[in-house]
Amino acid sequence: MKQLNIFIAFFRSSMLGYGGGPSTIPLVHKEVVERFKWMTDEEFGDVLAIGNTLPGPINTKMAGYIGFKVGGKIGMINATIATILPTIILMVVLLTTLVTFKDLKWVQGMTKAIVPVVGVMLGVLTWQFIEASVKGLKWPFTIGHILVGIVLMQYFHIHPGFIIGGLLLYAVVKPTKSVEGKKSKGLSA
Amino acid sequence: MVYWNIFWAFFVANILGYGGGPATIPLIQKEVVTRGWLTHQEFNEALAMGNSLPGPIATKMAGYIGFHEGGILGSFLAVFATVAPSLILMLTLMGILYKYRHSIQVKRMTLYVKPTIAVLLGVMAYNSFHDSYSQIGIGQFLFLGVISYILMEKVKLHPAFIVIGALLYGGLNL
Repeated sequence: MKQLNIFIAFFRSSMLGYGGGPSTIPLVHKEVVERFKWMTDEEFGDVLAIGNTLPGPINTKMAGYIGFKVGGKIGMINATIATILPTIILMVVLLTTLVTFKDLKWVQGMTKAIVPVVGVMLGVLTWQFIEASVKGLKWPFTIGHILVGIVLMQYFHIHPGFIIGGLLLYAVVKPTKSVEGKKSKGLSA
Repeated sequence: MVYWNIFWAFFVANILGYGGGPATIPLIQKEVVTRGWLTHQEFNEALAMGNSLPGPIATKMAGYIGFHEGGILGSFLAVFATVAPSLILMLTLMGILYKYRHSIQVKRMTLYVKPTIAVLLGVMAYNSFHDSYSQIGIGQFLFLGVISYILMEKVKLHPAFIVIGALLYGGLNL
């Protein structure tokens, strides 16, 4: 019964959530804290904060950890599968069908019409990342970072991995003293 | 060898992607397109489909691209490389991570990579616009781009309907 509940909780929150993992976190919260009461509000907040200390998709980290806490190793696998498997199957079925018929003229028309829509989606996502950077780094720093990033990646063809690795290292080793006061003020606001 | 490459590509993309699944999209694209597994166009189609389905985006992309390259085992490996490393770290290092969960360094990590991710996403957006412009001409491109932007951001219509609408329009008119 417990395993079934784990499956239902993560299946439901994933199937009802659109716009990628981060946007489904409130739905996970609803299931885990409000409906099944596996965790308190505070514990959930801690797990989310801990998940954010690590890279990769947030949703599966939450599912895996909460599943493990509630139902052991099987719970962990169960919660992760409930989160990701249904949509992966849909994705594979829909796209392989599209690829099978890709020589038909109307399918080609379909794939052409999708490109500007993806462009808009990516443009919107780009803007969200810029807005989030501006919030924490202010405009001059954000624009500076962006310009340096464009030059390094587009003109010198440096793999983004090195740039991101460098930035992560810098975030860790940079002295914290002066930033500390500003950050805690930002948090309480 | 192909299986190892699948694992490695998704491992790299996700271990660098700070800030959740959407941050990993351009990194996945970089790995997948430079390795020649999908063209820009095919990657865009997968992304459009992924965005119109519910659930986390990084695992949908991994599941599909892994399947495309290496069948069911490839799909499993790609998803495993996406999900397992950070989940294992989280479960084993819980104590240490708990201590640092509100630390400045951790907040800075997700913040500092954001402009770089923005550049990567912006370049992808630009490339899509450029591809589309040369495929269907400026008129159709502007028409579809503007309409989908308005529906997405102003009307707040669900992306699935926008993608379906674009598919129908393309099937009938392009």
